[in-house]
Amino acid sequence: MAEDNPNVDLKEEVAELAPFDPSKKKKKKKPVASSDLADDSLDKLTEKTESLSVSEGVENAFAGLKKKKKKPVEPDFLNEETGDAVEDLDDQIKEDEEGEGIVLQTRYPWEGTDRDYEYEELLGRVFNILRENNPELAGDRRRTVMRPPQVLREGTKKTVFVNFMDLCKTMHRQPEHVMNFLLAEMGTSGSLDGQQRLVVKGRFAPKNFEGILRRYVNEYVICNGCKSPDTILSKENRLFFLRCEQCGSGRSVAPIKAGFVARVGRRKAGT
Amino acid sequence: MSEVDVQIPTAFDPFAEANAEDSGAGSKEYVHIRIQQRNGRKSLTTVQGLKKEFSYNKILKDLKKEFCCNGTVVQDSELGQVIQLQGDQRKNVSTFLVQAGIAKKESIKIHGF
Repeated sequence: MAEDNPNVDLKEEVAELAPFDPSKKKKKKKPVASSDLADDSLDKLTEKTESLSVSEGVENAFAGLKKKKKKPVEPDFLNEETGDAVEDLDDQIKEDEEGEGIVLQTRYPWEGTDRDYEYEELLGRVFNILRENNPELAGDRRRTVMRPPQVLREGTKKTVFVNFMDLCKTMHRQPEHVMNFLLAEMGTSGSLDGQQRLVVKGRFAPKNFEGILRRYVNEYVICNGCKSPDTILSKENRLFFLRCEQCGSGRSVAPIKAGFVARVGRRKAGT
Repeated sequence: MSEVDVQIPTAFDPFAEANAEDSGAGSKEYVHIRIQQRNGRKSLTTVQGLKKEFSYNKILKDLKKEFCCNGTVVQDSELGQVIQLQGDQRKNVSTFLVQAGIAKKESIKIHGF
Protein backbone atom coordinates (compact mmCIF):
# COMPACT_ATOMS: atom_id res chain seq x y z
CA MET A 1 0.00 0.00 0.00
CA ALA A 2 2.65 2.42 1.01
CA GLU A 3 4.62 1.83 -2.10
CA ASP A 4 1.56 2.19 -4.27
CA ASN A 5 0.67 5.61 -3.06
CA PRO A 6 3.39 7.77 -4.51
CA ASN A 7 2.91 6.16 -7.86
CA VAL A 8 -0.68 7.20 -8.11
CA ASP A 9 -0.05 10.58 -6.65
CA LEU A 10 2.46 11.37 -9.31
CA LYS A 11 -0.03 10.56 -11.98
CA GLU A 12 -2.56 12.81 -10.43
CA GLU A 13 -0.26 15.70 -10.24
CA VAL A 14 0.42 15.47 -13.88
CA ALA A 15 -3.15 15.04 -14.86
CA GLU A 16 -4.65 17.59 -12.59
CA LEU A 17 -3.83 21.21 -12.76
CA ALA A 18 -7.10 22.46 -11.39
CA PRO A 19 -6.79 24.88 -8.52
CA PHE A 20 -7.74 23.40 -5.24
CA ASP A 21 -10.18 25.00 -2.91
CA PRO A 22 -9.06 24.26 0.60
CA SER A 23 -12.26 25.53 2.16
CA LYS A 24 -14.06 22.50 0.90
CA LYS A 25 -12.51 19.46 2.39
CA LYS A 26 -12.55 17.50 -0.75
CA LYS A 27 -10.09 15.51 -2.59
CA LYS A 28 -10.33 14.85 -6.22
CA LYS A 29 -10.29 11.42 -7.54
CA LYS A 30 -7.75 10.84 -10.17
CA PRO A 31 -9.04 10.77 -13.72
CA VAL A 32 -9.72 7.17 -14.46
CA ALA A 33 -10.42 7.56 -18.11
CA SER A 34 -7.13 6.02 -19.12
CA SER A 35 -6.69 3.64 -16.24
CA ASP A 36 -7.56 0.02 -16.36
CA LEU A 37 -9.31 -2.19 -13.90
CA ALA A 38 -6.34 -3.03 -11.79
CA ASP A 39 -5.64 0.63 -11.48
CA ASP A 40 -9.19 1.15 -10.38
CA SER A 41 -9.01 -1.25 -7.50
CA LEU A 42 -5.72 0.22 -6.53
CA ASP A 43 -7.36 3.57 -6.61
CA LYS A 44 -10.00 2.43 -4.21
CA LEU A 45 -7.42 1.23 -1.81
CA THR A 46 -5.53 4.46 -1.93
CA GLU A 47 -8.71 6.32 -1.37
CA LYS A 48 -9.34 4.36 1.74
CA THR A 49 -5.97 5.04 3.16
CA GLU A 50 -6.15 8.65 2.24
CA SER A 51 -9.53 9.10 3.76
CA LEU A 52 -8.04 7.78 6.94
CA SER A 53 -5.20 10.18 6.77
CA VAL A 54 -7.56 13.01 6.04
CA SER A 55 -9.52 12.30 9.12
CA GLU A 56 -6.28 12.48 11.03
CA GLY A 57 -5.87 16.03 9.92
CA VAL A 58 -3.13 15.83 7.36
CA GLU A 59 -5.35 17.71 4.99
CA ASN A 60 -3.13 20.73 4.72
CA ALA A 61 -0.20 18.79 3.52
CA PHE A 62 -2.34 17.27 0.87
CA ALA A 63 -3.76 20.60 -0.13
CA GLY A 64 -0.33 21.93 -0.78
CA LEU A 65 0.36 19.02 -3.04
CA LYS A 66 -2.87 19.47 -4.99
CA LYS A 67 -4.12 16.20 -3.80
CA LYS A 68 -7.30 14.37 -4.42
CA LYS A 69 -10.39 16.33 -3.84
CA LYS A 70 -12.77 14.03 -2.21
CA LYS A 71 -15.09 14.07 0.70
CA PRO A 72 -13.54 12.16 3.52
CA VAL A 73 -16.57 10.00 3.96
CA GLU A 74 -17.01 9.26 0.35
CA PRO A 75 -14.77 6.27 -0.29
CA ASP A 76 -16.13 4.17 2.54
CA PHE A 77 -19.62 4.93 1.50
CA LEU A 78 -18.85 3.96 -2.03
CA ASN A 79 -17.12 0.77 -1.22
CA GLU A 80 -19.55 -0.65 1.19
CA GLU A 81 -22.76 0.21 -0.47
CA THR A 82 -22.76 0.24 -4.18
CA GLY A 83 -19.45 -0.79 -5.57
CA ASP A 84 -18.64 -0.63 -9.21
CA ALA A 85 -21.79 0.83 -10.71
CA VAL A 86 -21.52 4.03 -8.77
CA GLU A 87 -17.82 4.06 -9.29
CA ASP A 88 -18.47 4.27 -12.98
CA LEU A 89 -21.10 6.90 -12.50
CA ASP A 90 -18.70 8.90 -10.42
CA ASP A 91 -16.11 8.77 -13.10
CA GLN A 92 -18.56 10.02 -15.62
CA ILE A 93 -19.68 12.92 -13.50
CA LYS A 94 -16.17 13.80 -12.72
CA GLU A 95 -15.24 13.85 -16.36
CA ASP A 96 -18.16 16.09 -17.09
CA GLU A 97 -17.15 18.51 -14.42
CA GLU A 98 -13.52 18.43 -15.27
CA GLY A 99 -13.74 21.56 -17.34
CA GLU A 100 -14.99 23.66 -14.50
CA GLY A 101 -11.75 23.55 -12.64
CA ILE A 102 -13.10 23.05 -9.16
CA VAL A 103 -14.49 19.63 -9.09
CA LEU A 104 -16.81 18.33 -6.49
CA GLN A 105 -16.24 14.66 -6.46
CA THR A 106 -19.55 13.51 -5.16
CA ARG A 107 -22.17 10.92 -5.73
CA TYR A 108 -24.65 13.45 -7.02
CA PRO A 109 -23.93 16.72 -8.69
CA TRP A 110 -25.83 18.78 -6.16
CA GLU A 111 -23.99 17.45 -3.15
CA GLY A 112 -21.92 20.04 -1.40
CA THR A 113 -23.85 22.91 -2.92
CA ASP A 114 -27.16 24.39 -1.90
CA ARG A 115 -28.56 24.90 -5.34
CA ASP A 116 -31.81 23.39 -6.44
CA TYR A 117 -31.97 19.93 -7.93
CA GLU A 118 -32.46 19.78 -11.62
CA TYR A 119 -35.02 17.49 -13.11
CA GLU A 120 -32.54 15.60 -15.25
CA GLU A 121 -30.30 14.92 -12.30
CA LEU A 122 -33.12 13.66 -10.14
CA LEU A 123 -34.32 11.49 -12.97
CA GLY A 124 -30.87 10.04 -13.32
CA ARG A 125 -30.74 9.40 -9.60
CA VAL A 126 -34.03 7.56 -9.60
CA PHE A 127 -32.98 5.38 -12.48
CA ASN A 128 -29.66 4.59 -10.87
CA ILE A 129 -31.35 3.50 -7.69
CA LEU A 130 -33.85 1.51 -9.62
CA ARG A 131 -31.17 -0.18 -11.62
CA GLU A 132 -29.25 -1.11 -8.50
CA ASN A 133 -32.16 -2.54 -6.61
CA ASN A 134 -34.18 -4.29 -9.25
CA PRO A 135 -32.70 -4.12 -12.70
CA GLU A 136 -35.70 -5.62 -14.46
CA LEU A 137 -37.82 -2.55 -13.74
CA ALA A 138 -35.39 -0.06 -15.15
CA GLY A 139 -37.11 0.12 -18.47
CA ASP A 140 -34.52 -1.62 -20.56
CA ARG A 141 -36.90 -3.49 -22.75
CA ARG A 142 -35.85 -7.06 -22.89
CA ARG A 143 -36.14 -8.64 -26.24
CA THR A 144 -38.18 -11.72 -26.48
CA VAL A 145 -35.86 -14.45 -27.47
CA MET A 146 -37.06 -17.50 -29.24
CA ARG A 147 -34.90 -20.41 -29.96
CA PRO A 148 -34.19 -20.94 -33.64
CA PRO A 149 -36.23 -23.64 -35.27
CA GLN A 150 -34.55 -26.99 -35.62
CA VAL A 151 -35.31 -28.57 -38.92
CA LEU A 152 -34.53 -32.00 -40.24
CA ARG A 153 -35.05 -33.49 -43.64
CA GLU A 154 -37.11 -36.61 -43.76
CA GLY A 155 -36.27 -38.34 -46.98
CA THR A 156 -36.05 -35.85 -49.80
CA LYS A 157 -39.54 -34.49 -49.89
CA LYS A 158 -40.52 -33.89 -46.30
CA THR A 159 -39.22 -31.56 -43.66
CA VAL A 160 -39.50 -32.14 -39.93
CA PHE A 161 -39.76 -29.19 -37.59
CA VAL A 162 -38.36 -30.64 -34.38
CA ASN A 163 -38.90 -28.03 -31.70
CA PHE A 164 -42.29 -26.97 -32.96
CA MET A 165 -43.97 -27.71 -29.63
CA ASP A 166 -41.37 -25.78 -27.67
CA LEU A 167 -41.87 -22.73 -29.79
CA CYS A 168 -45.63 -22.97 -29.47
CA LYS A 169 -45.22 -23.09 -25.73
CA THR A 170 -42.92 -20.09 -25.62
CA MET A 171 -45.44 -18.15 -27.69
CA HIS A 172 -48.40 -19.47 -25.64
CA ARG A 173 -50.29 -20.43 -28.72
CA GLN A 174 -52.21 -23.50 -29.70
CA PRO A 175 -50.09 -25.77 -31.88
CA GLU A 176 -53.01 -26.16 -34.25
CA HIS A 177 -53.19 -22.45 -34.83
CA VAL A 178 -49.49 -22.14 -35.46
CA MET A 179 -49.57 -25.16 -37.70
CA ASN A 180 -52.43 -23.78 -39.72
CA PHE A 181 -50.58 -20.57 -40.24
CA LEU A 182 -47.34 -22.26 -41.23
CA LEU A 183 -49.02 -24.57 -43.67
CA ALA A 184 -51.11 -21.83 -45.20
CA GLU A 185 -48.09 -19.61 -45.66
CA MET A 186 -45.98 -22.32 -47.17
CA GLY A 187 -48.80 -23.56 -49.32
CA THR A 188 -48.25 -27.18 -48.48
CA SER A 189 -49.73 -29.86 -46.34
CA GLY A 190 -48.36 -31.35 -43.17
CA SER A 191 -49.19 -32.87 -39.84
CA LEU A 192 -47.95 -33.54 -36.36
CA ASP A 193 -46.21 -36.85 -35.90
CA GLY A 194 -46.02 -39.15 -32.89
CA GLN A 195 -43.39 -37.09 -31.08
CA GLN A 196 -45.32 -33.89 -31.61
CA ARG A 197 -43.05 -32.72 -34.36
CA LEU A 198 -44.39 -30.97 -37.38
CA VAL A 199 -43.89 -32.80 -40.64
CA VAL A 200 -44.27 -30.61 -43.68
CA LYS A 201 -44.34 -31.69 -47.27
CA GLY A 202 -41.69 -29.97 -49.31
CA ARG A 203 -38.14 -28.85 -48.73
CA PHE A 204 -37.62 -25.92 -46.43
CA ALA A 205 -34.59 -24.40 -44.80
CA PRO A 206 -34.61 -23.36 -41.13
CA LYS A 207 -34.42 -19.78 -42.32
CA ASN A 208 -37.73 -20.17 -44.10
CA PHE A 209 -39.41 -21.36 -40.94
CA GLU A 210 -37.85 -18.53 -39.04
CA GLY A 211 -39.21 -15.93 -41.43
CA ILE A 212 -42.69 -17.34 -41.27
CA LEU A 213 -42.61 -17.61 -37.49
CA ARG A 214 -41.47 -14.03 -37.32
CA ARG A 215 -44.49 -13.01 -39.31
CA TYR A 216 -46.70 -15.15 -37.12
CA VAL A 217 -45.35 -13.50 -33.98
CA ASN A 218 -45.87 -10.06 -35.44
CA GLU A 219 -49.40 -10.77 -36.44
CA TYR A 220 -50.73 -13.07 -33.76
CA VAL A 221 -48.53 -12.67 -30.69
CA ILE A 222 -47.10 -9.19 -30.27
CA CYS A 223 -49.35 -6.58 -28.71
CA ASN A 224 -49.64 -3.54 -30.94
CA GLY A 225 -49.75 -1.14 -28.06
CA CYS A 226 -46.87 -2.16 -25.84
CA LYS A 227 -45.03 -4.69 -28.03
CA SER A 228 -45.11 -7.28 -25.31
CA PRO A 229 -45.51 -10.90 -26.32
CA ASP A 230 -47.54 -11.63 -23.21
CA THR A 231 -50.87 -11.95 -24.95
CA ILE A 232 -53.80 -14.30 -25.14
CA LEU A 233 -55.52 -15.33 -28.33
CA SER A 234 -59.16 -16.14 -27.85
CA LYS A 235 -62.00 -16.95 -30.17
CA GLU A 236 -65.27 -15.12 -29.70
CA ASN A 237 -68.07 -16.00 -32.03
CA ARG A 238 -65.91 -16.96 -34.95
CA LEU A 239 -63.54 -14.05 -34.60
CA PHE A 240 -60.08 -14.21 -33.16
CA PHE A 241 -59.18 -11.59 -30.62
CA LEU A 242 -55.82 -10.82 -29.15
CA ARG A 243 -55.74 -9.48 -25.63
CA CYS A 244 -52.60 -8.15 -24.02
CA GLU A 245 -51.81 -9.24 -20.49
CA GLN A 246 -49.46 -6.35 -19.89
CA CYS A 247 -51.46 -3.32 -20.95
CA GLY A 248 -54.91 -4.81 -21.33
CA SER A 249 -55.44 -3.66 -24.88
CA GLY A 250 -57.12 -5.88 -27.37
CA ARG A 251 -57.41 -6.18 -31.09
CA SER A 252 -58.92 -8.49 -33.59
CA VAL A 253 -56.69 -10.53 -35.80
CA ALA A 254 -57.35 -11.86 -39.25
CA PRO A 255 -58.36 -15.47 -39.52
CA ILE A 256 -55.92 -17.74 -41.26
CA LYS A 257 -56.83 -18.31 -44.85
CA ALA A 258 -55.07 -20.78 -47.02
CA GLY A 259 -55.74 -18.96 -50.25
CA PHE A 260 -55.27 -20.44 -53.63
CA VAL A 261 -53.32 -23.64 -53.85
CA ALA A 262 -52.47 -24.78 -57.31
CA ARG A 263 -52.58 -28.37 -58.26
CA VAL A 264 -49.13 -29.78 -58.45
CA GLY A 265 -48.17 -33.33 -59.12
CA ARG A 266 -49.82 -35.57 -61.56
CA ARG A 267 -53.48 -35.46 -62.13
CA LYS A 268 -55.79 -38.35 -62.50
CA ALA A 269 -57.27 -39.20 -65.83
CA GLY A 270 -60.80 -38.75 -64.54
CA THR A 271 -60.62 -35.13 -63.53
CA MET B 1 -73.21 10.21 -48.69
CA SER B 2 -72.41 13.04 -51.04
CA GLU B 3 -75.57 14.86 -50.00
CA VAL B 4 -74.51 14.84 -46.41
CA ASP B 5 -71.21 16.28 -47.42
CA VAL B 6 -72.89 19.11 -49.22
CA GLN B 7 -75.25 19.93 -46.40
CA ILE B 8 -72.70 20.05 -43.64
CA PRO B 9 -69.58 21.71 -44.91
CA THR B 10 -67.08 20.61 -42.32
CA ALA B 11 -63.39 20.72 -42.76
CA PHE B 12 -62.98 17.16 -41.62
CA ASP B 13 -65.06 14.44 -43.14
CA PRO B 14 -64.83 11.38 -40.91
CA PHE B 15 -66.04 9.13 -43.68
CA ALA B 16 -63.67 10.39 -46.29
CA GLU B 17 -61.48 7.37 -46.02
CA ALA B 18 -64.32 4.93 -45.99
CA ASN B 19 -65.88 6.51 -49.04
CA ALA B 20 -62.68 6.72 -50.96
CA GLU B 21 -62.27 4.62 -54.04
CA ASP B 22 -59.67 2.23 -52.69
CA SER B 23 -60.89 1.97 -49.12
CA GLY B 24 -61.40 -1.74 -49.34
CA ALA B 25 -57.84 -2.26 -50.41
CA GLY B 26 -56.56 -1.25 -47.04
CA SER B 27 -58.65 -3.64 -45.05
CA LYS B 28 -59.26 -6.77 -46.99
CA GLU B 29 -58.63 -6.53 -50.68
CA TYR B 30 -55.07 -7.57 -50.53
CA VAL B 31 -53.23 -8.86 -53.50
CA HIS B 32 -51.78 -12.11 -52.31
CA ILE B 33 -48.63 -13.36 -53.90
CA ARG B 34 -47.86 -16.89 -52.93
CA ILE B 35 -45.29 -19.47 -53.75
CA GLN B 36 -45.72 -23.14 -54.00
CA GLN B 37 -43.12 -25.80 -54.20
CA ARG B 38 -43.13 -28.31 -56.95
CA ASN B 39 -40.87 -31.23 -57.51
CA GLY B 40 -37.17 -30.58 -57.28
CA ARG B 41 -36.25 -26.95 -57.08
CA LYS B 42 -39.14 -25.83 -59.17
CA SER B 43 -41.85 -23.62 -57.89
CA LEU B 44 -45.00 -21.77 -58.84
CA THR B 45 -46.02 -18.24 -58.08
CA THR B 46 -49.69 -17.40 -57.75
CA VAL B 47 -51.16 -13.94 -57.77
CA GLN B 48 -54.60 -13.69 -56.28
CA GLY B 49 -56.90 -10.80 -55.54
CA LEU B 50 -56.22 -8.37 -58.34
CA LYS B 51 -59.11 -6.06 -59.07
CA LYS B 52 -61.87 -7.50 -61.20
CA GLU B 53 -61.74 -4.64 -63.67
CA PHE B 54 -58.33 -5.55 -64.92
CA SER B 55 -57.90 -7.84 -67.83
CA TYR B 56 -56.04 -10.73 -66.33
CA ASN B 57 -54.93 -11.98 -69.66
CA LYS B 58 -53.26 -8.74 -70.57
CA ILE B 59 -51.50 -8.53 -67.24
CA LEU B 60 -50.38 -12.10 -67.62
CA LYS B 61 -49.04 -11.45 -71.06
CA ASP B 62 -46.89 -8.62 -69.79
CA LEU B 63 -45.75 -10.58 -66.78
CA LYS B 64 -44.71 -13.45 -68.96
CA LYS B 65 -42.83 -11.19 -71.29
CA GLU B 66 -41.15 -9.33 -68.47
CA PHE B 67 -39.95 -12.30 -66.48
CA CYS B 68 -39.47 -14.69 -69.38
CA CYS B 69 -41.59 -17.37 -67.84
CA ASN B 70 -44.75 -19.15 -68.70
CA GLY B 71 -48.00 -18.86 -66.86
CA THR B 72 -51.74 -19.14 -67.02
CA VAL B 73 -54.88 -17.66 -65.63
CA VAL B 74 -56.63 -20.25 -63.52
CA GLN B 75 -60.32 -20.08 -62.83
CA ASP B 76 -60.97 -20.97 -59.22
CA SER B 77 -64.46 -21.66 -57.95
CA GLU B 78 -64.12 -19.51 -54.82
CA LEU B 79 -61.36 -17.11 -55.47
CA GLY B 80 -62.15 -16.20 -59.04
CA GLN B 81 -59.27 -15.79 -61.39
CA VAL B 82 -55.75 -16.44 -60.28
CA ILE B 83 -52.59 -15.78 -62.20
CA GLN B 84 -50.09 -18.56 -62.08
CA LEU B 85 -46.50 -18.15 -63.09
CA GLN B 86 -43.64 -20.56 -63.29
CA GLY B 87 -40.75 -20.10 -60.96
CA ASP B 88 -40.27 -17.93 -57.91
CA GLN B 89 -41.43 -14.56 -59.23
CA ARG B 90 -42.69 -13.05 -55.98
CA LYS B 91 -40.33 -10.11 -55.87
CA ASN B 92 -40.65 -9.49 -59.56
CA VAL B 93 -44.41 -9.58 -59.53
CA SER B 94 -44.73 -7.20 -56.62
CA THR B 95 -42.40 -4.65 -58.14
CA PHE B 96 -44.16 -4.99 -61.46
CA LEU B 97 -47.60 -4.47 -59.97
CA VAL B 98 -46.46 -1.42 -58.07
CA GLN B 99 -44.71 0.09 -61.06
CA ALA B 100 -47.62 -0.50 -63.35
CA GLY B 101 -49.97 1.04 -60.84
CA ILE B 102 -52.12 -2.05 -60.67
CA ALA B 103 -51.80 -2.41 -56.92
CA LYS B 104 -50.40 -0.34 -54.12
CA LYS B 105 -47.42 -1.44 -52.18
CA GLU B 106 -49.38 -1.60 -48.92
CA SER B 107 -52.04 -3.80 -50.41
CA ILE B 108 -49.63 -6.44 -51.64
CA LYS B 109 -48.99 -9.35 -49.34
CA ILE B 110 -46.18 -11.70 -50.14
CA HIS B 111 -46.60 -15.09 -48.56
CA GLY B 112 -44.27 -18.00 -48.33
CA PHE B 113 -40.88 -18.28 -46.75
